[in-house]
Amino acid sequence: MARLHRSRFHFTWLQIVTHLGSLAPLGVMIWDGVHGNGNMAVNPIQELTFRTGKTALVLLCLSLCCTPLNSIFGFHQAIKLRRPLGVYAFLYVLGHFSIFLFDYNFDPSMLYDAIFNQRYVLVGFAAFLILLPLAVTSTKGWQKRLGKNWIKLHRWVYLAAVLVIIHFVWLVKADVRQPLEFGAGLLALFIVRIPAVKRALRAAAQMLVPRRGGRPPEPRRSTPEAITSHD
Amino acid sequence: MDTIPSSEITPAHMYFSRRKFLAAMGMGAGAAVLAACSPGAAATSGTPGPVVAPSGAKTDELGAALTPYDDITTYNNYYEFSVTKDGVAPLAKGFVTNPWTITVGGMVNNPKTYAVEDLIKKFTQQERIYRLRCVEAWSMVIPWQGFPLAQLLKEADPTSAAKFVRFESIYAPDRMVGQKDNFYSWPYIEGLRLDEAMNDLALMVTGLYGMPLPPQDGAPIRLVVPWKYGFKGIKAIVKIDLVDVQPTSLWMTAAPDEYGFYANVNPDVPHPRWSQATERRIGEITRRKTLLFNGYGEQVASLYEGMDLRANY
Repeated sequence: MARLHRSRFHFTWLQIVTHLGSLAPLGVMIWDGVHGNGNMAVNPIQELTFRTGKTALVLLCLSLCCTPLNSIFGFHQAIKLRRPLGVYAFLYVLGHFSIFLFDYNFDPSMLYDAIFNQRYVLVGFAAFLILLPLAVTSTKGWQKRLGKNWIKLHRWVYLAAVLVIIHFVWLVKADVRQPLEFGAGLLALFIVRIPAVKRALRAAAQMLVPRRGGRPPEPRRSTPEAITSHD
Repeated sequence: MDTIPSSEITPAHMYFSRRKFLAAMGMGAGAAVLAACSPGAAATSGTPGPVVAPSGAKTDELGAALTPYDDITTYNNYYEFSVTKDGVAPLAKGFVTNPWTITVGGMVNNPKTYAVEDLIKKFTQQERIYRLRCVEAWSMVIPWQGFPLAQLLKEADPTSAAKFVRFESIYAPDRMVGQKDNFYSWPYIEGLRLDEAMNDLALMVTGLYGMPLPPQDGAPIRLVVPWKYGFKGIKAIVKIDLVDVQPTSLWMTAAPDEYGFYANVNPDVPHPRWSQATERRIGEITRRKTLLFNGYGEQVASLYEGMDLRANY
């Protein structure tokens, strides 16, 4: 019982950090907007577009870290952070998309042109359309309702992440290094999900940090979220 | 900064003309100019001031308001310093631009190295209010001071073999930290066809809003070609050569399929990856439709008669 109490404490602490950390970029945007700092003063619409997009990508990557942290390193608490990180990522995506609509004056013909004549917007829009049902079905209720189909549905996040990287690569002027760094990070997160790779990494993690009893850390499976921890 | 008497920074005639300018512009615009007078904007560059008084015009010829000085001097694409727009001005602060020489050479009968202050004295400085349209689809309206490039080229006297003008920026990675990043092939190179360069709109710029050009905007001397995308306006020029082959610009080297030699503003020729049909004028909420040749078609369209503007992007 003492152990359970301790893990609850850790869970709460991590959750606070996750929520504060996810909200911090929004706070900085508001601060810079109110104080007219830098690019936010001169070209606020573009700056907000960049910042919401970048924040969404970072949070999406972090949410995709949670499963391997649990399944390879036995860091069970991480799995509890996956949903809030994913939902925050989507909220920034929603902000990003809303600013885009505002940018084109909510004008249907301008928006049509903007989406279908600019391939970076088209792939970004496709990613948005994929992430939308994932965000809607992120609740426990939907998880239970969809059962095993929930896992299948939420695997689409991998395609969305790939599209987001392509979106990023296609929008930069010439220097694709930063989008490719994000792409490499995501690729690594995909590779560690391959069962053979995951088993090898789990064994390696066990050798480096032996657990009591010499047993590899087992990923937590008891919570509904953990159902997908082996994806 | 407090120890420098203002008389040392600003020539008296400019000081007085600026007062007149303030009166003419009224309070709102005056505030922007006052901010521009703050230490760091003009004093650190060390660039000799242009000897032209601002006209006091509040708009371009199409009636669009001037972009505030603060926006022009804090929102800069100048990768030699930083790839973030608001990162340029702090890094460019104190960039020494005096003494500075430009060498004009290549296929000319009168090659010569000029000190920038001599160019400013030699060629009557004039104010030109130009729209600046960035390839990234934002734009400004900027009151530059300078002199037509054609005057300098006539002085150099190109030979009959000369077909293009090649411009080169300073290469000084110790003073321009962005140049330590080898992703781009420094120094910055740009080019114009000779007839483009001889067009009266092509301006060698030494001042902004009636004050010496600040380092973040390309001090001490830069090119402005208002009918082309902003990146054609090479900054901190040290070398101008007349050549017979089309120069390869830094952006052409970085992405040859995307940034062409001509780079004329054209709403109907999209960048391969994004539209150029509209733009955001800095300070405005709604987008504007981008104008062919940035609205300077009357003066420059004849340069491109019979050319496929899609192929020659």
